[in-house]
Amino acid sequence: MNKPDFAGAACPTPHQPKETVLLGHGSGGTLSRELIEQVFLPELGAVAPRSLDDAAIIETTGQEQGQRLALSTDSHVVEPLFFPGGDIGHLAVCGTVNDLAMVGARPLALTCGFILEEGLPFATLRQVLTSMRVAAEEAGIYLAAGDTKVVQRGSADKMFINTSGVGVVDQGVQISGANARPGDVIILSGTLGDHGITVLAAREGLGFETDLASDAAPLNHLVQAMLAAGTIHVLRDPTRGGLATSLVEISEQSQVSLLIEEDKLPVKPAVRAACEMLGFDPLFIANEGKLVAFVPPEDAETVLATMRKTRYGEDAAIIGRVLDAGKAQAQLQTAIGGTRLLDMLPGELLPRIC
Amino acid sequence: MEICGGQTHSFLRHGLDALLPSQIELVHGPGCPVCVTPLEQIDKAIAIASRPEVIFTSYGDMLRVPGSSTDLFSVRAKGGDVRVVYSPLEAVQLAEAHPDKEVVFFAIGFETTAPANAMAVLLVQRKGITNFSIITAQVRVPPAIEAILQAESCRVQGFLAAGHVCAVMGFHEYLPITEIFQIPIVVTGFEPIDLLQGLYATIRQLEAGQAQVENQYQRAVSQQGNTAAQQSIQQAFQPVDRKWRGIGTIPKSGWGLRPELATFDAELKFEVQNLLSQESPLCIAGEILQGLKKPWHALPLAKNVPRKTRWVPLWSPRKGPARPITGTIDKISLDIESPSPQGRDNNYNKNQELWG
Repeated sequence: MNKPDFAGAACPTPHQPKETVLLGHGSGGTLSRELIEQVFLPELGAVAPRSLDDAAIIETTGQEQGQRLALSTDSHVVEPLFFPGGDIGHLAVCGTVNDLAMVGARPLALTCGFILEEGLPFATLRQVLTSMRVAAEEAGIYLAAGDTKVVQRGSADKMFINTSGVGVVDQGVQISGANARPGDVIILSGTLGDHGITVLAAREGLGFETDLASDAAPLNHLVQAMLAAGTIHVLRDPTRGGLATSLVEISEQSQVSLLIEEDKLPVKPAVRAACEMLGFDPLFIANEGKLVAFVPPEDAETVLATMRKTRYGEDAAIIGRVLDAGKAQAQLQTAIGGTRLLDMLPGELLPRIC
Repeated sequence: MEICGGQTHSFLRHGLDALLPSQIELVHGPGCPVCVTPLEQIDKAIAIASRPEVIFTSYGDMLRVPGSSTDLFSVRAKGGDVRVVYSPLEAVQLAEAHPDKEVVFFAIGFETTAPANAMAVLLVQRKGITNFSIITAQVRVPPAIEAILQAESCRVQGFLAAGHVCAVMGFHEYLPITEIFQIPIVVTGFEPIDLLQGLYATIRQLEAGQAQVENQYQRAVSQQGNTAAQQSIQQAFQPVDRKWRGIGTIPKSGWGLRPELATFDAELKFEVQNLLSQESPLCIAGEILQGLKKPWHALPLAKNVPRKTRWVPLWSPRKGPARPITGTIDKISLDIESPSPQGRDNNYNKNQELWG
């Protein structure tokens, strides 16, 4: 009997065909992927892109010097609205800026759609808008258009924000999750899990406090600095589903096997402790101000040194490499020397009882 | 066999299984309370959670476990008020905050969760709270070990006992098991070095032909355990026969509410005792949990089933152990009455064959 190539879901696992949308369909993991592949794409047909990248590249005529447009959209429904290090407005701007940056685009402008619940205090709304302005100023983008809808009390949870963004990809920049190559060095821009654990800790009833703050940040300036330093094959911000989900996605898009090393992963002690307590793995915790980059080996040290000189890349580290082409899998070499296959987050991030 | 799901998780998380020499086969035991909770009780939980007057509370990972036709996540998606809590005491707080609702807690787990569940019940009794109840699905480790050892097809030659269970209960309960079945049991923690030390101690015993209880986890475990926690359990619960998913009924293997606390029994309160449950024929969790099959044996079965009726196996860790099963897989019988000398001799001989 051959050794099984077992990368199935964790125990226990959902196993029935779903007739309704579950919360886990929004988790960014396996259920989200199923929703896109089995519901959205078949219905939308040829009018929807097949790429799983964070933003779509729009080929146009008339752009100067081979430039292309990048387009992305993102909705934000975070609970609570305000948490240490950020709020829903800050997230809404950073999220779409980062989606554009992850295909190497220079973000230009965002649109903002607000769904407000009847009874929301103006003070809350103003505070969120201020955060959006500050984040947009830092990113150097323009909030170009907006829309507001108000729904009855109980029809939404205080406020939801959608942001869509457009950016420009310069000539010669070719970044996609499908571009990883054997030999590529995998670089992570900073510590894992800060945002996810901060938001979890801020939720009522969790029963622990930390000094952590969300890492939410616009990464477009970091990306531009990296592009100036060397060639970049892949960029991805490991948001929902965490780094593990992003790496599995990239390995599948590029059909490569990759290996990361546990003892190279930067994780703050508070995040590690919270994960131990709740039965989480930092590899699956959401980040909002981090990126993972796949860089040709000859450029890796230069790109890393450049990242470390920037505000959002000072903790950057080489965490692994791409091994071979042809077999899509992501592996972790553990601190004790074993290896294990990484999988996507199956559904909602749940604390384990055992 | 590592009894505990947490130990299995730790073995796989740290990749220890792939580092072990080929003579050692890890067998994943029935120590995952989520996996062994019987289908019938999940169906009861789903029925109760679907009621409009109920706030249903549970540890998070129980929500995605399938019942006969649906799971608690789907109940929530259809409008049920299903909430994840981190402690039964949170559920008690919910009951106090929502006197117009019935708050139900899904009390699953081994001896590790039983004290907190007992405290919750005793607390609501003391406070006179009437809108709180629990589904008791708690299980006990020692009867499960005995059941595994008494099966004719038992392949287990040594146990790593769960350190956190023993932190509560001590390890005195295991002394007669080693004596009767002549099998090493090593109380083991969860760090990689704990697991390796536990394995080493087990193998050392097997090579020496010994069968004793050893305590690798001395920093947390004593022979008598946490007597205050044990007293809480005794005040609220009593041992009852309990069905284990995929395995069957094991005598005295569960904790049930004491008769005088029956008013807090959700199954009685909501009259869901007579539901019809139907397990998938593809579920081989019981055989996996006894070390007779491996998780990947379920996958070919699942792949042959049309998508609409597909059941992915309940038990499917991310990565299987490094080596396939050797030897015969027999049908197991767990109709157990009492330990037999025959069982002791069989296991003793098996130990001698492999290690002697």
